[in-house]
Amino acid sequence: MAEKKVPAFQGTKEQEAQLKEVIAKHKDSKGALIPVLHEAQEIYGYLPVEVQTMIAEGLGLSLADVYGVVTFYAQFSLYPKGQYRIAVCLGTACYVKGSGDILDKFKERLGIDVGECTEDGKFSLDATRCIGACGLAPVLTVNDDVYGRLTVDDVDGILEKYGF
Amino acid sequence: MELVRSHVLVCGGTGCTSSGSKQIIEEFETQLKNFDIDKEVKVIQTGCFGFCAMGPIVIVYPEGSFYSMVQKEDVAEIVEQHLLKGKIVTRLLYKETVEEDNVKSLNEIDFYKKQHRVALRNCGVIDPENIDEYIACDGYKALGKALTEMTPQEVIQEVKDSGLRGRGGGGFPTGVKWDFASKSVNDQKYVLCNADEGDPGAFMDRSVLEGDPHSVIEAMAIAGYAIGANQGYIYVRAEYPIAVHRLQVAIDQAREYGILGKNIFETGFDFDLEIRLGAGAFVCGEETALMTSIEGRRGEPRPRPPFPAVKGLWDKPTILNNVETYANIPVILLNGAKEFAKLGTETSKGTKVFALGGKINNTGLVEVPMGTTLREVVYEIGGGIPNGKQFKAAQTGGPSGGCIPADLIDTPIDYDSLIKIGSMMGSGGLIVMDEDTCMVDIAKFFLEFTVDESCGKCVPCRIGTKRLLELLNKITDGTGTLEDIDEMETLCNTIKSSALCGLGQTAPNPVLSTLKYFRDEYVEHVVDKKCRAGVCKALLSYKIDADKCKGCTLCARQCPVGAISGKVKEAHIIDTTKCIKCGVCESTCKFGAISK
Repeated sequence: MAEKKVPAFQGTKEQEAQLKEVIAKHKDSKGALIPVLHEAQEIYGYLPVEVQTMIAEGLGLSLADVYGVVTFYAQFSLYPKGQYRIAVCLGTACYVKGSGDILDKFKERLGIDVGECTEDGKFSLDATRCIGACGLAPVLTVNDDVYGRLTVDDVDGILEKYGF
Repeated sequence: MELVRSHVLVCGGTGCTSSGSKQIIEEFETQLKNFDIDKEVKVIQTGCFGFCAMGPIVIVYPEGSFYSMVQKEDVAEIVEQHLLKGKIVTRLLYKETVEEDNVKSLNEIDFYKKQHRVALRNCGVIDPENIDEYIACDGYKALGKALTEMTPQEVIQEVKDSGLRGRGGGGFPTGVKWDFASKSVNDQKYVLCNADEGDPGAFMDRSVLEGDPHSVIEAMAIAGYAIGANQGYIYVRAEYPIAVHRLQVAIDQAREYGILGKNIFETGFDFDLEIRLGAGAFVCGEETALMTSIEGRRGEPRPRPPFPAVKGLWDKPTILNNVETYANIPVILLNGAKEFAKLGTETSKGTKVFALGGKINNTGLVEVPMGTTLREVVYEIGGGIPNGKQFKAAQTGGPSGGCIPADLIDTPIDYDSLIKIGSMMGSGGLIVMDEDTCMVDIAKFFLEFTVDESCGKCVPCRIGTKRLLELLNKITDGTGTLEDIDEMETLCNTIKSSALCGLGQTAPNPVLSTLKYFRDEYVEHVVDKKCRAGVCKALLSYKIDADKCKGCTLCARQCPVGAISGKVKEAHIIDTTKCIKCGVCESTCKFGAISK
């Protein structure tokens, strides 16, 4: 796999303070790492090595342990996501109703592949696991907005809505 | 308590929320104030009604009027006409409920008529964020009964007698599992709930958590009492934000009421619960992997024995049950094992919830007695296949299951019948496929999923599934041979018998079952280089029917690679060596002259 470029880490003091609070809150409970990673990703949007190091130190784990867990789970990202995170559901119900074609159309329009982000940092594209809205298949989400009963022709309209 | 004359129930499940039910609730509240009847009519956000295809759904009681696909603009009319003047807005009712001079109730329509809602009993009926509504529907009565009238062994016996089997897929008898754990001697035991609903196309656990979270909490406390555990964890997917939120609200309320915590119902029994979020790994639905994940590590499974009932979470005796399994427990204790076992078949008792999806008219959640036939589910409840297409197969069990072909549509759906025909119950996803679905492509779809989700710990799964996928790719690319098909079969059987956990052992099922029932399609791909469903792009070739082509040049102008040529007003032709099979020409042609 080609190495993706990670932009320079731009964490702020406030974010660091928030992270320290999160670590302190979970430190003494069993199995704290995954809940801490979830909250850290909320704070930073992704989990670069700088954040992983702080977590490892805070919880008394090795960086290898933390990195091992981060890379195991699909929810955790080593790369920043776009301002608008487009996620096309590729669950079975959506797939048989053509979500693969919808994903292809996004790739073509945005000029990026799954897991990538546009250069201006505005859009990122993901293929997600079933989000459980199978009744509305095919489905996609843009941040917290859900769009259902889609066809390939809806792609342009959705992109337009977010200023593409 | 305030008395109101009407209740407006608005579905707040993920499906209807996506269709805009939140705005509808707000609009109802605004409009009720406008007409000054906000003191007489109460708006309640409930869990999923199951009929997601018709969402957003609004039901008005006492009449039981079933409004479907309600838009924000419709709300004012419902408030003014129905709630103020008492005239039901027939235009907005689900059309099947409307007969001449008569409005049918919900339970009489085809979608609900054959259903028996046990696990989903409260979904769409109560406000999931209000513990009092759960209690009013006999909630926590079963826990009270267990703690004050029954010994732990009696609870286990009752669950055993009910014949309840695990609804997460395996179908292991729940009572037997509890019995094992109760016999393990240890100072600390755990009760876990598997809400890591990873099967694509299954969303019943999500609906239970969103619509009736207290039933799971109650059942887990009962399980804790039965096996002697005082701590539980619910492992739920992070992809289900609404479910996580409602579950947390429910846990907080239960603590406040003293139903969770110390000395529950003053019986000296302590029990508390915590939520743990999954992080997007399908393998964590496997019990030992789930436990490793709660411990905060990479969710890799480990060999069994020792079984979790002996050595589970943090090496302590642990039981793990699925959400739907738990949802049945309070009913079993309250009504008795005998009553519960009246529904279902000899070896599969009770009901099963299915998530009906894919190429079917009535998508949504349905709960039917075990033993109901696939035909009844697809045609009577599901309303058949849209656009007059033919039923080709139904897929059950997700990536671990298989496809049931049309000639087996009268198979009763229960654990053993499904295993017998090479599929499995799984967690209850039921995806319907029509003639436009390529069975080789579907097998490939599931294999891609398992290859992606294989944790990599054991070789048969890590490398075997990858090799299997490569062979499938050859076939869909048109470069496969008949020997490849035989080799795939051998490989499937090897993986099945040697992989470490359930994920690997069942990963070949989609390939095996499609090979069993749709072998001719595989052969067609290999020998005739043809995909009859028109899905496998490498095997397609587009052609223009010279008789239908008017020479309008539209397709030639739209073709992104300039593969179409021809003079104006003369029939065009496609250069198949240049064609990239994008299908633009077919969709732009106004005369239906282009086909594949």
